[in-house]
Amino acid sequence: MSEIPGDLKFLKSHEWARLEDDGLVRVGISDHAQSQLGDLVYVELPEIGSRVGPDNGCAVVESVKAASDVYSPVNGEVVAVNEALDDSPESINEDAFGEGWIFVVRPDDKSELDELLDPEAYAELIEDEDH
Amino acid sequence: MTAKTVLNEAHRALGARMVDFGGWDMPINYGSQIEEHHAVRQDAGMFDVSHMTVVDLHGERVRDFLHRLLANSVDKLTEHGKALYTCMLNERGGVIDDLIVYYLGEHFFRVVVNAATREKDLEWIARQAKAFDVEVRERSDFAMIAVQGPSARGKLIGLLAEVDRERIEAMGKFHAAAAQALHGVPLFVARTGYTGEDGFEVMVPEEHAVELWQALVEAGVRPAGLGARDTLRLEAGMNLYGQDMDEDVSPWEAGLGWTVAMDEERDFIGRGALEAQKEQGVKRRMVGLVLDEKGVLRHGQVVLTDAGEGEVLSGSFSPTLGKAIALARVPTGELGDVRVAIRNRELPVRVVKYPFVRDGKPREGI
Repeated sequence: MSEIPGDLKFLKSHEWARLEDDGLVRVGISDHAQSQLGDLVYVELPEIGSRVGPDNGCAVVESVKAASDVYSPVNGEVVAVNEALDDSPESINEDAFGEGWIFVVRPDDKSELDELLDPEAYAELIEDEDH
Repeated sequence: MTAKTVLNEAHRALGARMVDFGGWDMPINYGSQIEEHHAVRQDAGMFDVSHMTVVDLHGERVRDFLHRLLANSVDKLTEHGKALYTCMLNERGGVIDDLIVYYLGEHFFRVVVNAATREKDLEWIARQAKAFDVEVRERSDFAMIAVQGPSARGKLIGLLAEVDRERIEAMGKFHAAAAQALHGVPLFVARTGYTGEDGFEVMVPEEHAVELWQALVEAGVRPAGLGARDTLRLEAGMNLYGQDMDEDVSPWEAGLGWTVAMDEERDFIGRGALEAQKEQGVKRRMVGLVLDEKGVLRHGQVVLTDAGEGEVLSGSFSPTLGKAIALARVPTGELGDVRVAIRNRELPVRVVKYPFVRDGKPREGI
């Protein structure tokens, strides 16, 4: 299990969110999530300009084993998607917290990030899941 | 309660991700399912299949019993050690299980049935065996390792006693024979498998299974999990019991007509129902599907055709083809343009003859 970067926030459903310097929020799935899913073979990206949030799945990651919905940890509008995943979905397996990002959101309200799990709370959550 | 095979510790030591499979704690992969898949297609991989159920049948009337029990005919088995794939049906012609039966003597046959169906199979076999005075003996003293891939046979043969090597090397497909491993460990070696590749399925006394597994690892055979086993068998167009057929599906509807022997007057269980179904016209059939667009075909997805709706039975990403494939049951009749509903979209798929992959390569036109 790779180290969880300290600047990330998490949804219980294993998405991470990172607030960037420009005020945008980058989103991906956790290293734990990718290891549960196994080899990823396909990522369905959200459309740029679409409205997303924690209540509706907006992307799908598919491994050989299963398909899983991806939620945006914060409400907002999609401003960028990681098109490189079209050709190399395995980037998520290799670098879930970096190269394997999925989309970027312009948040309606940055304070929504405060309601998410911090790295310690998330680490505890996945530890509980494993037992 | 979860059962463990004798190789459980060995899997964990190799870093396997374990899952519950039909009540057994089994490895789904040891890291990358796709790499394990390619290892079997290109070189050699091995699977712990000790959870499968081996049953020995002894008795003077065992051949008569199998005439009654099985939809395929054991009369095709004339050479000692020859194996046959067959279904065991209920009175309605539905599949209770699929299995392999080995001919080991006029009064001795061995069958290997699925793990998930163990109890009902044993119960059914024992019930039918009574009338024929056949002894049904489960061989839980065996572990089983499937060594599969183009280099698999050579690697196992290298571990056999010198005196057995030539004989096992020369053994034909779908044959089995006894042989000894290097230190005199008695093995039952069958040239069968569930991957579409050449290879062996090896029964080994439980107490020697770990030793054989380690020797195979050292010989360069890559451990592979149930995940790779599933994508390999799907590419090879092989059915999975419980997913592609069950007790409400006949062999006609599961692409298994080739395993039914309608030999003269043999009164096997389910024959009447199969004949009636054929007479009335079989309503459903199994087809192969290929999705050229991005996405993954999965069990339970709806298949839309001109003849009506069908469903995806086994669907997955095919590592050899780099796209999704599936076995699906559809209504008989002209299918027209076929689509599969994946989430909120309808994606076009091609209907193809399976196997999808043969001899490690995509079949022409797939």
